[in-house]
Amino acid sequence: MAKVFIYPATSLILSDLVARHGHTPLSSAVAVRERIQTAGLESPPLQITPEEPKKGLKWAAVEVPSGVRGRMALYGPMIEECEAAIIINDADLAFGCMGCARTNELIKFLVRQKNIPKLDLYYPKNEEDGVKFVAAIKRFLGELGGKK
Amino acid sequence: MTDYTPVHVGSVTKYVVVESFEITPADLAIRGYEISDGAMIKETCFGLVVNGKEEAVNRIVTELRKMDPDHIFVKDRGFPPGDSRRCRANLGSARPGYHGMEYEMTVIPYVSHGLEELKKRDEATVPPPENPLDKKVIDISTLKKLIDAQES
Repeated sequence: MAKVFIYPATSLILSDLVARHGHTPLSSAVAVRERIQTAGLESPPLQITPEEPKKGLKWAAVEVPSGVRGRMALYGPMIEECEAAIIINDADLAFGCMGCARTNELIKFLVRQKNIPKLDLYYPKNEEDGVKFVAAIKRFLGELGGKK
Repeated sequence: MTDYTPVHVGSVTKYVVVESFEITPADLAIRGYEISDGAMIKETCFGLVVNGKEEAVNRIVTELRKMDPDHIFVKDRGFPPGDSRRCRANLGSARPGYHGMEYEMTVIPYVSHGLEELKKRDEATVPPPENPLDKKVIDISTLKKLIDAQES
């Protein structure tokens, strides 16, 4: 069972397909859950405290906005932990403010730098695309050694 | 600064999203309640939110999936059901994250079709999808020409 980083990290489709084929999807929900289940100082809504931008320094320089560094405190450990990655390239839903947009660029850059199996895809636009999309993911995850 | 005391510590929350012609969120909820065994289940417009111990949630999700395996999708959620920081009822508008799910719901019928088709076909015979990395980007010399044309 491999730990597979998914991008967009909130994707329902990728999260489901990875789990369906016997692997562990690394999604943002897991990182958010860790924070909201840890006691500390009240910092709603996501319990992102001033500590997070400091942790983010591991992946982004000090002159990078704190919004990017704070987000990287969530995604950075998952990128380090992952053994494979699936990236959807035309994910309009992953748009956002400059913090989100730059974090997304940095996430994709860091994943591509890592020497792990990667699968790049577009969202399917019709039924035949859907078959190719699912088949590509199934082949990719099968090569990682999950259940058939 | 006030102290933060988390609730539902050690629990896991999962979304069960249904996009089916045969199963409705209400059907899922009835089946979910039957086998809930202490887990918290909330019915929503798109399916269920299930919260509880990891083993219990995984067991419920596995059972629910059997109702329509190609049309039921599951993902993790960070917040427990009805959390005031995320719940639409408290915020007065769509829950953060809903729009992403709403977009993917437009694509899910194609994915469901893919899952159904691959039961009849071998995935090795299906051609690979378009590779985004093969998309040709503008080369440096063309970009330079464009810049020069704009500047002159």
